[in-house]
Amino acid sequence: MTEHIVLRHRDIERIDRLEVYLENGGFRAFESIVRKKSPEQVIDIVKKSGLRGRGGAGFPTGVKWSFLTPDVHPRYVVANADESEPGTFKDREIMERNPFQFLEGVAICAYAAQAEVAYIYCRAEFWDLTLELDRKIEQLKEAGLLGKKLFGSDFSLEMYTHLGAGAYICGEETALLESLEGKLGQPRLRPPFPAAEGLYGKPTVVNNVETLTNLPLIIDRGVDWYRKIGTEKSTGTKVFSVSGNIELPGNYELPLGTTFRELIFEHAGGIPNGHAIKAILPAGASAPILPASDEVLDTKMDYESVPEVGSSLGSASIIVIDETVNIAWVESKITDFFEHESCGKCTPCRDGTYWMKHIFERIMDDTAQAHEIDLLHTVGIGIQGKCLCALGDFAALAVTTAVERFRPDFDLHVQGKSSKAA
Amino acid sequence: MSVTLTIDGTEVTVPEGTLLVDAAKRRGTDVPVFCYHPKMKPVGMCRVCLVEIGRPARDRATGESLLDESGNPLIQFGPNLETACTITVGQGWQVRVSSEKAIQGRKEIVEYLLTSHPLDCPICDKGGECPLQDLTMGHGSGESRFLFDDKIRLAKHYPLGELIFLDRERCIQCARCTRFQDEIVGDPVIGFYERGRRLEIVTYSDPGFDSYFSGNTTDICPVGALTTADFRFGARPWELNSAASICPHCPVGCNLTLSTRREASNAGRDVVKRVMPRQNEQVNEIWICDKGRFVHHYARSPERLTSPRVRKNGKLVKASWNEALTRAAEGLKGAASSAVGIASGRLMNEDLFNLKELMAALGGRAILVDSMAGGNLIQRYGVGVGSNLGSLGKRDAVLVIAADLHEEAPIWWLRLKQAAERGTTLIVANARATRLDDYAKHRVRYDPGEAVQAALGVLLLNGGDPELARFEGDRALKSAASAIKRARNVTIFFGQEGLNYAGTEALARACALITESKGRLGKSNNGLVAVWPRANTQGAWDMGLRPEPAGLHRALAGAKAAYIVAADPVGDDPAAAAPFEKLSTLIVQDLFLTATAELADVVLPAQAFVERAGTFTSGERRVQRLYPAVGALAGSLPDWKIVANLAHRLEVDLEDKAAPLVFERIAAAVPDYLGLSYDDLAAVEPQWPEVGGADLYFGGTAYANKQGLGVQLAPRGAGRPLKWKAPPRASAGKDLLLTPVTVLYDRGSALRHSSLLEGRIAPLQLILHPDEIERLGLSEAGEVEISWDGRSERLKFAASTDVPPGSALVPRGAGLALSDPTPVTVRRSNS
Repeated sequence: MTEHIVLRHRDIERIDRLEVYLENGGFRAFESIVRKKSPEQVIDIVKKSGLRGRGGAGFPTGVKWSFLTPDVHPRYVVANADESEPGTFKDREIMERNPFQFLEGVAICAYAAQAEVAYIYCRAEFWDLTLELDRKIEQLKEAGLLGKKLFGSDFSLEMYTHLGAGAYICGEETALLESLEGKLGQPRLRPPFPAAEGLYGKPTVVNNVETLTNLPLIIDRGVDWYRKIGTEKSTGTKVFSVSGNIELPGNYELPLGTTFRELIFEHAGGIPNGHAIKAILPAGASAPILPASDEVLDTKMDYESVPEVGSSLGSASIIVIDETVNIAWVESKITDFFEHESCGKCTPCRDGTYWMKHIFERIMDDTAQAHEIDLLHTVGIGIQGKCLCALGDFAALAVTTAVERFRPDFDLHVQGKSSKAA
Repeated sequence: MSVTLTIDGTEVTVPEGTLLVDAAKRRGTDVPVFCYHPKMKPVGMCRVCLVEIGRPARDRATGESLLDESGNPLIQFGPNLETACTITVGQGWQVRVSSEKAIQGRKEIVEYLLTSHPLDCPICDKGGECPLQDLTMGHGSGESRFLFDDKIRLAKHYPLGELIFLDRERCIQCARCTRFQDEIVGDPVIGFYERGRRLEIVTYSDPGFDSYFSGNTTDICPVGALTTADFRFGARPWELNSAASICPHCPVGCNLTLSTRREASNAGRDVVKRVMPRQNEQVNEIWICDKGRFVHHYARSPERLTSPRVRKNGKLVKASWNEALTRAAEGLKGAASSAVGIASGRLMNEDLFNLKELMAALGGRAILVDSMAGGNLIQRYGVGVGSNLGSLGKRDAVLVIAADLHEEAPIWWLRLKQAAERGTTLIVANARATRLDDYAKHRVRYDPGEAVQAALGVLLLNGGDPELARFEGDRALKSAASAIKRARNVTIFFGQEGLNYAGTEALARACALITESKGRLGKSNNGLVAVWPRANTQGAWDMGLRPEPAGLHRALAGAKAAYIVAADPVGDDPAAAAPFEKLSTLIVQDLFLTATAELADVVLPAQAFVERAGTFTSGERRVQRLYPAVGALAGSLPDWKIVANLAHRLEVDLEDKAAPLVFERIAAAVPDYLGLSYDDLAAVEPQWPEVGGADLYFGGTAYANKQGLGVQLAPRGAGRPLKWKAPPRASAGKDLLLTPVTVLYDRGSALRHSSLLEGRIAPLQLILHPDEIERLGLSEAGEVEISWDGRSERLKFAASTDVPPGSALVPRGAGLALSDPTPVTVRRSNS
């Protein structure tokens, strides 16, 4: 790929400065839609572009916007900058290096949703980044790009940043809204969906940072240009965050549909120290673990293909695991994470992750009984399909699939077997 | 619109919008729940109500129903189980509650819950009436796959306040308690802290769990996590017997169940172990306030009177009933028509009827000590039969004037709050802000003491006498008045705050006229409700007792003997002792040796409500029965019987055998009660939601009502036309108008003799506006001296911006002998 869409700072030096961003066509898209397009036309463009939510669910963005309850105001737009999936670090780079394109994306979304207030909900660890965003928002106001009656229209827009308090679950959009309202971060029952009753009970759009950052170029360069990138159903690029046993960890913006093999071996330099690749976690901790077979490596990373080999793309945080790593150990870490992060609102996730964590303690101590590996699997399966939000399923998916796909790694830890794997 | 679906193969038709769990319940299928409660919004947290739902399949393109080979609608079941508590039913659905998959899903949820539950049922207060225990028996595995040593260890005796204790290990995080406090009560003083299995209930208030309704959370807690301070570790539910009763503390008339057990501590006799709500959807639903739940301990106070006393050589000494009654009879006989009976609305109808009859036979008067007017108007303008605050909706309006319902009648407050949230137009008129203001659509503020003027203003704007023009008020009053005009049904609650007796009389009259102007007298949810100071003040009016408008001292002027029942005028105001000391015979009948009793010649020990049969007539004029729960304290008798025994000695024939027989006489003699019987009062009908059955997890442990919903009396109608009367205007001149305001936890004898709520009794202090404090040059921690009528008192003071200009407030019954609003001089105390 020759040109970045989201990580444009890699092509244009100091695009984090407003004057540089403006020189490179910044806010042209926003101004043009406010002057010339109706909100419905903007929604239509985004629908036609095929843009899908980059936060993990992959839901078509324009369709999500079109669910807003008509004629109910005020409305809100919330940028989900609570980037907390293990192994995901793309939004941070976007907001640090290409902030104005992100903010323009928020503005475009707000116009399409006819929201006059937009919130940027940042994870607590983005403290300094949030302060910097506040300064950028001030600059936009001074430049007349935010504020009252923009470009002589009747449309006004204010933006505010808001810091979370350190909970993974607040990346889930309804828990995020609860937290933004000052309440305990726990997911809401759905329906109603945020598009009907979101922030303060009003119609609300919640979109991921990367999703929003795509918008200015989609508007500016058009749907046809955008649809040429990626696949038929998964259009555009995706920023893949690559970590784990990899030579060149980092973010890679590539067209959707790029294969795992190309990403890992051509772009990210392959596996260090001559080791062989063993497994891939394609969506951080939140999706089934994949054995790094040829079939998997040749799978296209898009929203349709990854499920075909038994996992999902999620937020595309590609964690690469080599042959030296015991998968049971990986899964014990993942379980620790979810047990720590389960909000506790619903029973299967709250008590199931607690149970799994205690089984893992024995597995990692090599004191587990053979039947406890099966029990771990049963407990994980029992959680799935019964929880209030998606986190519950996520919490168990990587573990249950690991037991199914990497059973020998678990059996190594059963009491009486040979001592710890590497 | 109704929806038809099948649940486990049986067809059921329910209104559109019904939750699946309720639809199943109405069909008789219990879907287990922990977090769902039929009185609260669904949250879908516990996930135990999992069922399989099959929906008619539709063609994606055309939207038409797809049919199977035999031409029936094709039903598609999703891959996952779904929660019956969060989903409203759909036409043609097939729901499987009892399928293997659904049962397996629920088993898994119960197993997860039990991993973190201590399973200490053998020592748990909830054991025996515990939803988790019941569902474990139904769905749990016989053996745990979770290792006992992995169980989480948490605090087991955590006081959320002095009334409610939390066992953190038992808590299953269903949030019923926090949602009750937030959604139903509007006191979000408890909440969740932390997350995951560390999620715990904490209280944010000081004192802890500061809410008048906290006890209800222990009823709806589906495990033994929340228990009350007085019942925990006190008895096992299966040892308890139960008796129906009515709360004796305020005019709401909440239906109660008294749980009793025989105990060694009471020589093998029954003891009331707890007070529980008994369902009456027209009165208290399944809730009661904490006063009703926790104050009953006074009935077991060691200070109760256990034998009559008579004065000998200037001293009260124990005496036999015969001696005491003979002495009392002699006193009354000597006084004859100059004998005065004084009683309060604490008594039951049977007691009041007998007392009234006795005094009538003697030619003397029967005075009601509760100094508030309007009982006669309630008989004519009271709410119509079928009135139910729970049925109020968008087209109805309620006016609350000169009352603070949160303090005076908490369950009315609760139900009006909920009515307002359902869209009922709530109008709150008072001289100061009260907690009901938060839910009011219109808040009318008048100058202290001018409630009547406000009511007359409303009347004027509803088409009253043009002469009322001078009472026309501000914009708030006008919009309130037009809301009343627009509403289909209007209920008016009037109280006595800021008014003397004459003021309440004028207010009652003005409110009656507003009711009349609507022209819907006698219809349900139309009419007047008096916020009486006692549970049975209305019954006292109905039985023929009347207050003395000019005050007790006037009633006592010229009296030779007084017979005081369930009242303590000297305790209320020690300065009022003189006229009692002058009497030739003073007879006092009570539970305790009150300040008045200490002056008496004869003291007669009466029984507490827990020991009694009888009836109360509520503020909404519902006649309800109390049943004896425990044997009477040895030496005491029911009031009606004491009165009858006394009457016999004066050759007056009164019923002395049984309460139902007294009621028969009432039903023959008192116009509105004609033909009523105890059987009528004991009639019940099915109520929704069902509670108290085998499915405790649905509604909680409130008791089903098997002993009577009571009978609401019909108002007689307007009769001869009422004329409005120019009301007196209160003026304090240069002084402050000191207004007593009712508080729930006052220093009444019930509270003083129940130690549990001691810490919550309102302190005696003057409440001043901060501006007033500044004007008087008061320092932060000092005291003030107030003086009126040649009397003076030193009091602590506190600041509140809710105090109206020119006023000061003082809690009623907290120790200051003042019952009417009184101009007082306030100055800094020189100490």
